[in-house]
Amino acid sequence: MTEWLSPEEWTAIRLSLKVALVAMAASLIPGIAAAYALERGRFWGRQALDVFVHLPLVLPPVVVGYALLISFGRRGPIGAFLAENFGIVFSFHWTGAALACAIMGFPLLVRAIRLSLETVDRKLEDAAGTLGAHPVWVFCVVTLPLILPGIIAGMVLSFAKAMGEFGATITFVSNIPGETQTIPTAIYTYTQVPGGEGGALRLTLVSVAISIAALWISEWMARRVRRRFLA
Amino acid sequence: MAHVSIRDVRKAFGTVSIIKGVDVDIQDGEFVILVGPSGCGKSTLLRMIAGLEDISSGDIRIGPRIVNDVPPKDRDIAMVFQSYALYPHMTVAENMAFSLKLKGVPKPEQKKRVTEAASSLGLTPLLDRYPRQLSGGQRQRVAMGRAIVRDPQVFLFDEPLSNLDAKLRVQMRAEIKELHQRLKTTTIYVTHDQIEAMTMADKIVVMHDGIVEQVGAPLELYDRPANRFVAGFIGSPAMNFIEGRLGPDGLGLPSGAVLPLDMKSQAEAGSEITYGIRPEHLQIAPAGTPGSIPATISVIEPTGSDTTLIVKAEGGNLTVVLRERCALKPGEAVALKPVPRQAHLFDAQGKRIATA
Ligand SMILES: Nc1ncnc2c1ncn2[C@@H]1O[C@H](COP(=O)(O)OP(=O)(O)OP(=O)(O)O)[C@@H](O)[C@H]1O
Ligand SMILES: [Mg+2]
Repeated sequence: MTEWLSPEEWTAIRLSLKVALVAMAASLIPGIAAAYALERGRFWGRQALDVFVHLPLVLPPVVVGYALLISFGRRGPIGAFLAENFGIVFSFHWTGAALACAIMGFPLLVRAIRLSLETVDRKLEDAAGTLGAHPVWVFCVVTLPLILPGIIAGMVLSFAKAMGEFGATITFVSNIPGETQTIPTAIYTYTQVPGGEGGALRLTLVSVAISIAALWISEWMARRVRRRFLA
Repeated sequence: MAHVSIRDVRKAFGTVSIIKGVDVDIQDGEFVILVGPSGCGKSTLLRMIAGLEDISSGDIRIGPRIVNDVPPKDRDIAMVFQSYALYPHMTVAENMAFSLKLKGVPKPEQKKRVTEAASSLGLTPLLDRYPRQLSGGQRQRVAMGRAIVRDPQVFLFDEPLSNLDAKLRVQMRAEIKELHQRLKTTTIYVTHDQIEAMTMADKIVVMHDGIVEQVGAPLELYDRPANRFVAGFIGSPAMNFIEGRLGPDGLGLPSGAVLPLDMKSQAEAGSEITYGIRPEHLQIAPAGTPGSIPATISVIEPTGSDTTLIVKAEGGNLTVVLRERCALKPGEAVALKPVPRQAHLFDAQGKRIATA
């Protein structure tokens, strides 16, 4: 197996998985919060938040990447602030790739969670209130278990989006082998050099395998959850 | 247990006024039914008592405390919903223990109280099942069990029997009544089914279009409806209404016929009034009998225990319920003779004006 793939290819695969998993994990809680706010909240600026969350879905990825570069880059206002005060660096670093992937996948995650929130019977939450439950408790014990299938679906979408993210990543953090070169950018590189067809094909196969595995795992989890929790 | 008082409560959704000033007093331990046609605001009022809906103005008291701004969890109530609102991801036992777990009641005590409630509702063999594995009637019982286990000051029921079939509904009606007699917890129960209201309530609140039309004991509403709406709403089949003009000899019908009245009324002679008579207070007499309403039989519906007749009379169809079987045929001309002292008179605004 190790001989089948070159060390560079292994590095790209490992980095891709790391970036995608970190992006997915980091966007989970903000994703649930945004979905809840958009679905249930009645506050000023809800429409604006809705548009903002969905922007990455409609903007060209390169535009998102460039926006990240000028705000989170070393000279960007947010990037400079984070680097000076917390030592967090995004530009040309794998964390930057994760940030780009998280942002690109965020609308997909939020949409999936929101759809399942819509289907939750509000009477279940009302009943918990009349039985003496604090709203936070209601969310944790009633709402959250009921939207778990939606959360799983959203996580898979976010992971898949991160595995395939190209435009925003390459614009924001470039394509540095071992640091920011993920499977898609590596495939792109291989297609640009003579004799790179083998590497491109191998990474493509790996990419297909990972996607199928992710879908399969999520299906399995969703089925378990549904069997345990829902009719 | 607690006294509940509702003082000039109003509710508007945006600019639409839904509850337009409701005053109701519910005594400690009383079983009160809110009844009214669909959309009149019953659920909204109940949800305001539960704290699930804000009050636009007015006061709601549970016990000595004004609860306008108290969140649902602190009102010490338990609500049973039409859709049961059971947690699909919890077993029957977990559903029933929900409120105890929140209160931090120790596990053995939780188990004891759930077991008790379950056995009183016949749920013992179902404790480990999930709601999806239960029939509608069993779910309904679990929802009640969950409320009982909380041991609240007030039970709130929102059409709990509407999703059950007719036979089960009759059975559950008796069970809820029996439960109330045992626990004596103040209960507010919403339904649009006036039979449920008549059979279960200590006191009925008839609502219509966001206001209270009348409050009273079931038979009081039946015998002395305060207005035409209550008269038509309570009783099945519904009361018959005949429009006419009050003359010196009785009710003048548009055709010129006069129906003698055997009651005093405060209305002025010549004013437009409505004469109301329940279907069981009309008797069939031979056509042409003086002091009766001429009519033609249109439909005969034998139900077994009694016979419902739809007859065509001046001003529209009337319903007659006969206790005995009859040999009448559709198309036959008859006369309808009101049973003495059973008619109701309403003025042009629909207010009761006569005392029989
Ligand atoms: N959240 C809401 N926003 C706007 N209007 C509402 C809302 N909830 C209820 N209404 C309106 O308030 C009115 C009363 O509704 P409510 O549910 O209290 O009626 P109801 O008497 O319980 O009727 P039913 O017997 O059909 O359950 C209806 O016209 C309904 O459309
Ligand atoms: Mg209702």
